[in-house]
Amino acid sequence: MARHARFLIGRLAGYVAVVLVGITFIFIIPRLLPVNPVEAMLGRMMSQGAYMQEDQVKALREALSDAFGLNGTLLEQYLGFLRRTLLSQDFGPSLAMYPTPVKELIGQALPWTFGLLLASVLIAWVVGNALGLIIGTMPDSRTSRMLEAVAIIFYPIPYFILALVLSILFSYVWKVFPLTTTVRGAPWSWELVWSIVYHSFLPAVSIIAVTFGWWMLSMRALSSTLMDEDFVVYARLKGLARSRVLLRYVLPNAMLPQVTFLALQLGLMFNGSIIAEIVFSYPGVGSLIYTAILQGDYNLLMGTVSLSIVAVATATLLVDLLYPLLDPRIRHR
Amino acid sequence: MMRLPGKLALGAVLIGLIILVGPLAALVAPEDPRVWQTHPRNQWPSAEHLLGTTALGQDTFWLLSWSVRNSLMLGVSVAALATLIGVGIGLLAGYRGGMVDRVLSFLMDALIVIPSLPLLILLSSMTKGQTSLLAVGIILVIFNWPFPARQIRAVALSMRERDFVNLAWYSGESVGRILWRQMVPYLRGWAVANFINTILVVVAVESSLAFLGLSNDNVPTIGTMIYWALKYQALIAGRWWWLLPPIISIIVIFVGFFLLSNALADRLRVNPMAAR
Repeated sequence: MARHARFLIGRLAGYVAVVLVGITFIFIIPRLLPVNPVEAMLGRMMSQGAYMQEDQVKALREALSDAFGLNGTLLEQYLGFLRRTLLSQDFGPSLAMYPTPVKELIGQALPWTFGLLLASVLIAWVVGNALGLIIGTMPDSRTSRMLEAVAIIFYPIPYFILALVLSILFSYVWKVFPLTTTVRGAPWSWELVWSIVYHSFLPAVSIIAVTFGWWMLSMRALSSTLMDEDFVVYARLKGLARSRVLLRYVLPNAMLPQVTFLALQLGLMFNGSIIAEIVFSYPGVGSLIYTAILQGDYNLLMGTVSLSIVAVATATLLVDLLYPLLDPRIRHR
Repeated sequence: MMRLPGKLALGAVLIGLIILVGPLAALVAPEDPRVWQTHPRNQWPSAEHLLGTTALGQDTFWLLSWSVRNSLMLGVSVAALATLIGVGIGLLAGYRGGMVDRVLSFLMDALIVIPSLPLLILLSSMTKGQTSLLAVGIILVIFNWPFPARQIRAVALSMRERDFVNLAWYSGESVGRILWRQMVPYLRGWAVANFINTILVVVAVESSLAFLGLSNDNVPTIGTMIYWALKYQALIAGRWWWLLPPIISIIVIFVGFFLLSNALADRLRVNPMAAR
């Protein structure tokens, strides 16, 4: 029991540390830049024709500095920033959609992103691993060769290219799927469910198409080496059914690295979903980030970027905690 | 499984094609593609303009070759640096162990888990498209060395128990020499495969940023080319000769390099744990 507790504490400490490193990055980057966000914003307001007196400008500058957490010494700023990100999640009002708080906007978008990411990552993972297992155990068949060729072509293509091509083909040339998202239907109705599935279909397909190839290729490598292991050969010679050999002997042993990698890949997949959301105008965190960029909404940008790092770190932690459940041989020392 | 020479040959042909259209053609380009309005706008492909002209009056073919050249240059330099740093730090962490290892491993894990795209978006949107390629490159190096480092560390951990390493140590070799002379030779093939993969990551990230309009507008890359094409409605106006070439060339780059690294990995038995 003490062993488990020690593992848990160590892992949680690691989690806190990762989040801290991420937040520190976000804190440092804007301060290293030659541009002062307050001056940039004031400049933008001026150029949009707002006429202000000297003392009004000064008051506004103070207010903005305060809102951006730029007052006080660097240490005070840092602590204030940590407190805002981790405890209150208060990033102030969105400047583009004033006065809706950033927190509320993110709260609306987060379920969309996580729904999309969870569904597509799981589908890609299951499909990729299942196909990988099959072709790894019969490497010379025609199907295996064809599937491998497909995986080799799809795996290296960057997300945004695939997303772009899919959206050109299916929303523009053939008009099967919508170009923008307008969700219809009352809460908890079938119409709503259908509408969500309809709008998430293309983004999900693009993420699945890019990620399943990796799972398939790595699973193929794992299972083809496992087929030569003595215990698998013995099981086969013993006359066990092929399905039993695959599911009880090969699969559990190949599962472990695949789960580890799932945890490592979550961050990369999150990057992909940002792009997919922007290309398909899907109402998740990615689109929010894009709005923030286009409108120069500093508060929204800080909020989305900080929270996405915390969210990805948390998801990774959860996968890691599930890990020992899969392999009884793992003991925490 | 595709036969090995096939993969290698196809990959080499694809990359050869890209180098021909990109860096080599850019050498002999008769004009600077950054200058607008040098030609009539929106011309169809013809003998004079192989891929037509853009809505900004640039020759699409020369624009493409400069874009490919710049994207590749960024990719190659970032990948080389990230792989070198990764191998160095990974070897050090694995060989030294103890406190050094713990600190470095923690740093690697933290950097791997943090999604880098949001940070890059933050950085470039605050400088509003004025981010120099150098700045993007530095950030990409920071986020890409931990991947090789983590794996090399695992190899170094097991290798330092080997007889030949012990022998070198007993003969009084310095740490640097042990790492360089005893361990690095085993990792060369693996490092090359990693280098190629990192080129792809870098090209993908830079073009994603450019696609969002966050790269430097003055440096044509494949991503900025797609961005400008979309921005000037090449899609709706059906100007395929502007939009398709960058999309096709990026797909060729990715499939080609991936085939190369894959064939290399097969040939060299690149799994570093197999270095016995």
